[in-house]
Amino acid sequence: MPRHLIDITDLTVGEIDSLIATAENILDNPGAYCDVCARRQLATLYFEPSTRTRLSFESAMLSLGGQVLGFSSADSSSTAKGETVTDTVHTVSCYADIIAMRHPKEGAPFAAAQVSEVPIINAGDGGHNHPTQTLTDLLTIHRERGKLSGFTIGFCGDLKFGRTVHSLVNALSRYSGIRYVFISPLELKLPRYVKEHSLKNRNIPYEQTTELSAVLPELDILYMTRVQKERFFNEEDYLRLKDSYILTPAKLSDAKPDLSILHPLPRVNEISTAVDRDPRAVYWKQVRYGKYIRMALIMFLLGLTPEKETL
Amino acid sequence: MNIDSIRDGVVLDHIQAGKSMLIYRYLHLDALDCSVAIIQNARSARMGKKDIIKIDTPMELDLDVLGYFDANITVNIIRGGELVEKKHVEPPQRLVNVIRCRNPRCITTAEEQLDAIFLLSDPVRHTYRCAYCDTATDKTFPDVRT
Repeated sequence: MPRHLIDITDLTVGEIDSLIATAENILDNPGAYCDVCARRQLATLYFEPSTRTRLSFESAMLSLGGQVLGFSSADSSSTAKGETVTDTVHTVSCYADIIAMRHPKEGAPFAAAQVSEVPIINAGDGGHNHPTQTLTDLLTIHRERGKLSGFTIGFCGDLKFGRTVHSLVNALSRYSGIRYVFISPLELKLPRYVKEHSLKNRNIPYEQTTELSAVLPELDILYMTRVQKERFFNEEDYLRLKDSYILTPAKLSDAKPDLSILHPLPRVNEISTAVDRDPRAVYWKQVRYGKYIRMALIMFLLGLTPEKETL
Repeated sequence: MNIDSIRDGVVLDHIQAGKSMLIYRYLHLDALDCSVAIIQNARSARMGKKDIIKIDTPMELDLDVLGYFDANITVNIIRGGELVEKKHVEPPQRLVNVIRCRNPRCITTAEEQLDAIFLLSDPVRHTYRCAYCDTATDKTFPDVRT
């Protein structure tokens, strides 16, 4: 049975720490890893559009000396002819050594993992999970704070459909000494199952509020999210909620000087571009780190390591 | 009210009052070609009132279905007019193709050939979650996976 990454909890805390250590090693010494995946193929199956995740997976595999194949929309695959996701994945698993897939339906990667002969990486399934973004977020937090414990983190925006939020809360709940503040409109609150599964069952306290300005001075990390148009059935609701929180330099005047602002991107207008120049904005570094943590993950799932003499 | 005893068959006893029709439907008892008696609001010293289902033919029952809907049910196996076995059911750890996911965004709602798999996530509250999308079940949700 191949090892898959469908949910962030498929990895133990020790494995996550090890992936972070490997990614940091790659950042320091990329040349040592340039042939680790030689003669291996990564298939990127994107049943839903993506820029960052797909390209970072492809860049990661190419930087490891491997090759990539795949499709970037459901229209250009047999899905358009009515093929099921499991048949598509079963087919591709006969060609590739590892598969990264994104699908608009929640649970599609879990279904794929039931039939795949090679490792499946969930690159996002609807509003459900996005574990490689979570690994990216964890690496970013680790690089910025030097540890994965002992801070106050605020999640702001669409916490209902924001799959990156669900996965990150789930992952961080296994580390200690973290204070959680959830900032969202009432309609976009964190789903009950995430609160129960990740926090209440572990007796971890959390706060919920609709006011970002009231809690911003307390935060060490602010995780901003976009209100995602594609998750709404009703455009009226989207238009009403999309501008709920817009981060500007003025709003940041009350924030801590060492705040780290993360965003999984893409953004629309929830972070003003003027904030990009603030040293507390680390979301562009976060994009860069995404490639390195995916390199570490691909190697881990394929059971590959660099030759010792190159390290 | 009199209902004849059965000679060879199954009696489902201690069903929570009001749940017998739900269980009748989920066990597909309407497809049987024998007598099936549903007794609702029978007096019970232990439960106050209860429902009972009597099935007048020997049959294998899906105990997972019973354990999911009501883990207090007692299954009595009758042979030759005698009680030969009494079984107690438990909430199953895994429930396959009994109920459907109610999340319209779940892959199982788009691709119905997939097994509908639910896992017991909270044994105290008997909460089940879809193995694909994590959505919790709603026990009043009427859709039967057929």
